[in-house]
Amino acid sequence: MSLNSHMNVLDFTLLSLLRRKFKNFGIVLVFTLIVFITGSILFLSYSFKREALLILKGSPELIVQRMSAGRQELIPVDRAKEISALPGVSGVEPRYWGYYYDLLVKANYTILASSGSLSAGNRLLQGRLPGPEEKGVAAVGRGVAKARFIDIGSTISLVSSAGDAMDFDVVGIFESDSELLTADLIVLGRPDVIRLFRMPPYMATDLAVTVRNETEAPVIAGKVRSRFPDTRPILRKEIIRTYDAVFGWRSGLILTLFAGALVAFIILAWDKATGLSAEEKKEIGILKAIGWETSDIIEMKFWEGLVISLSSFLLGIILAYVHVYFFGASVFAPALKGWSVIYPDFRLAPFIDPYQIAMLMALTVIPYIASTIIPSWKAAITDPDEVVRG
Amino acid sequence: MRKSLVFGLFVLGCVLFLAALGATSHVRVSHFLAVSRDLGDITATLKLTDISFSDDARYTRNPSQADIFSAFQDYPGSIEHFPSGSVTPPPDFTSLGAAMKVRGQ
Repeated sequence: MSLNSHMNVLDFTLLSLLRRKFKNFGIVLVFTLIVFITGSILFLSYSFKREALLILKGSPELIVQRMSAGRQELIPVDRAKEISALPGVSGVEPRYWGYYYDLLVKANYTILASSGSLSAGNRLLQGRLPGPEEKGVAAVGRGVAKARFIDIGSTISLVSSAGDAMDFDVVGIFESDSELLTADLIVLGRPDVIRLFRMPPYMATDLAVTVRNETEAPVIAGKVRSRFPDTRPILRKEIIRTYDAVFGWRSGLILTLFAGALVAFIILAWDKATGLSAEEKKEIGILKAIGWETSDIIEMKFWEGLVISLSSFLLGIILAYVHVYFFGASVFAPALKGWSVIYPDFRLAPFIDPYQIAMLMALTVIPYIASTIIPSWKAAITDPDEVVRG
Repeated sequence: MRKSLVFGLFVLGCVLFLAALGATSHVRVSHFLAVSRDLGDITATLKLTDISFSDDARYTRNPSQADIFSAFQDYPGSIEHFPSGSVTPPPDFTSLGAAMKVRGQ
């Protein structure tokens, strides 16, 4: 068959689709919605995962936390000496951090003790970090700054566990590009964190362990665990794996939303595959009667499936991209934010996995075309007279 | 104009639009990769273990620190011990006029 005859069949198919425009536009709408939801989830989860993995590459190789009665407890700082004596450990540094609920704006902050200064060329901090032993100063995340209307030079007041008001001069504000990491952070000097949380002397929240060779980290974690059975070592690999799972295919929100979309699509495809309407059967019968071959009818049905599924796929994937990367996934954002008052704007970098797009296309376009062709082929090989009479 | 040509132009338009989105994504990813060096510096200096994805619960603020192994703990994707958690909506934050206005900007 020449190209022109294929175009003629396509012309006929498009006219036939337009004759049943309400039904077909309905299918395109539902199909586009399914691709949009699934595509948005794929874009969102993949970008989150890639960003998290890139950002968390610099996390400590090993975190040692103390457990008591099934809950995390403060850890004695003197354990750092014993851990640093283990072969392969290059340094142990206590971390002082905790959560703070701000009654004023009903938001949770993460309070963290400073343990050094950022590199000179770091563009993500306006101002500076407090020194590790400095008192009365703070660097805050953009989310905290917005919620408390503060800028560099302002004062932020927090209430300590002892009930005293503690004022801090804001010397640094993290830029909005770092929101995914710092939105709710307040960085203080170590003495201020200890006073704010009324931590007992010589106790820290946990210990950050640096190892010379990361492949040895699990062995060191095992040694720490056998030396201190009440501790829980968390490896950087486990942290990364957690994010892989949180934003992976099989995870909570992703699974829930995707399962709903998948079920809806299966119902749609099943409805198409289980049979043709009386009108469609009659159309096939008439076409056969006027001289169309079975192969022509199959081609027409192939075009029909392709027009609907390809149009829906292209529209759905474009809408998903625009939704996630230009509108910050505004449809899913309320679910992701949950009860949070301070949350980052989801201005994600558009990391695209071509394999996922290809999979989505293979899972939507091909089954739909198949489900359109198979019942038509059955009708096309039946005697036209029988088909038209029903 | 032939209907098949209109459809062909529609598909071509969509593909070109996707290609343009692909080009912009390349630029934005390059920007992020440049910024990610500074983000990595913040992570390493402050010894951070988690991204500030959602701070409505400890296990969403610090998923890597969630106590997955112990009884009656919450963690991402956990099956709730009590069904109330699934049907309890977040409180109405609209009373927080000032804070929410900032967020709306």
